[in-house]
Amino acid sequence: MKKAAFLLVLVIGLLLALAVRDFPAWGDPNAPASISPVASHFVASTGVDTEVPNMVTAVLADYRGFDTMFETVVVFIAGLAVVSILRGGSNRRTRDREFVVDFEPDLIVTNTVRLIVPVIQIFAFYVLAHGHVSPGGGFQGGVAMGASFILIALSWDLKTALVRFPLESCFTVAALGIVIYAGIGLLSMALGGEFLDYAHLSQILPVSPEMARYHAMLGVEIGVGFTVTAIMYALYASLSTDGRMQDGL
Amino acid sequence: MFEDGSIFNQLLVERLNYFIYVVLLLIGLWAMIAKNNLIKKLIGMSIFQTAIILFYVSIGVKEGATIPIYLSEHDPHGTHARDESNETENPVSGPQVLEASLVAKYTNPLPHVLMLTAIVVGVATLGLALSVCLRIYRAYGTAEEDELLEKLEKEDSRNAVLPIRQKSRRRFPVQKSRSVTQSKTVRSEEKSVPQKPKSNRRRKTSTNAEPQIPQSGSLNKEKKDDQKPTRAKRTRKASSRKSKGDNS
Repeated sequence: MKKAAFLLVLVIGLLLALAVRDFPAWGDPNAPASISPVASHFVASTGVDTEVPNMVTAVLADYRGFDTMFETVVVFIAGLAVVSILRGGSNRRTRDREFVVDFEPDLIVTNTVRLIVPVIQIFAFYVLAHGHVSPGGGFQGGVAMGASFILIALSWDLKTALVRFPLESCFTVAALGIVIYAGIGLLSMALGGEFLDYAHLSQILPVSPEMARYHAMLGVEIGVGFTVTAIMYALYASLSTDGRMQDGL
Repeated sequence: MFEDGSIFNQLLVERLNYFIYVVLLLIGLWAMIAKNNLIKKLIGMSIFQTAIILFYVSIGVKEGATIPIYLSEHDPHGTHARDESNETENPVSGPQVLEASLVAKYTNPLPHVLMLTAIVVGVATLGLALSVCLRIYRAYGTAEEDELLEKLEKEDSRNAVLPIRQKSRRRFPVQKSRSVTQSKTVRSEEKSVPQKPKSNRRRKTSTNAEPQIPQSGSLNKEKKDDQKPTRAKRTRKASSRKSKGDNS
């Protein structure tokens, strides 16, 4: 079995090594990916279409808005599935108790975290709100925000973190993020455009259609940030405690 | 060996980055196929995913180009930078479509966008897979694939009604005698756990040199510590902490 697997891996490796010779060299300016009309269009006209300096955010939240919306839904569903898979199941083995370690929160660690967590959260907001001007965006800011809550759970215990951010409100926040995202899409649809066609939001915002896309992208990113924050934290909380939501790591 | 045109030169010098991704991908594939432990399979999946993400990002690399964020002279809102620099550098009024020569100054944003998506979905699916593994461990007491298959076979043959299927099940363990004996010992241990937990614990403490955290009652623990003064310090610390926690 293992020999067959090794042979298979070896054969695939040889085929890939042969294919490697056909790829463009490192950093080749004339590589197909770099001169493709799609990439050139995004680079050339993002500034005109949306006035967003960060092309990655513009492509993510505007040109490929559908993709990102359903990606957020995927994240939400994954979090929901993790919690519902791990919850319940009352036939717990008594052996599992042996792995539970009781400890007191360390003084130095907790005080350091007390200082660090607000900074992390402000940085998360910065990354989220500045995502279309500098590197950043909803996913990155959301992960940083979720990490701050995970840090609380790691340095004190999960109970402390759950007091600040209960699991029930996790899913409220996550669903709220998707509602914000889809709501902006539906709003632009109600104003006469297509779904997620942010330019039509200029009818209710006192800005030009390009700037409407700019601001709608921020709103969409905020929705993504909500979902990612809540789901990252819910994933940690349920995986670290095997779904019991008490005395985990 | 590394002269121009040879395959080693092409693989290890000119296309070294792709070669690294191929190796990473193969490591991940090997782990997914050949490893027995479900968690190790997931680690393999993550390595595989990392290889593909690196591959995409390296596709986006362009020599002499910067990150796909407009420099201040092309920035639709970057008026401040234009005022400070010399005026001869074509002052644009409002955003304009970039020319082809300027487009070459920026890398392709698409690989970055796609990989951003892939990373986030990868984290979500990894969490889901880990939770399924936890659930499997909870139900069958193991995350090893062969032991899991044994248990599933056992369960199937218990539930099966057709005599033909039972025969085929019976034939199966003869071929794999080694793993059967292993899993039998495991099973007998597990059976003894819910029925006679006390005897099991006593056996473990007498044979096992590893420090264990007792289950209930701080008095009980201290007694055990007195009985075994050579035990590792960690246990005593943990038990004293536990007793502190109990008092508060």
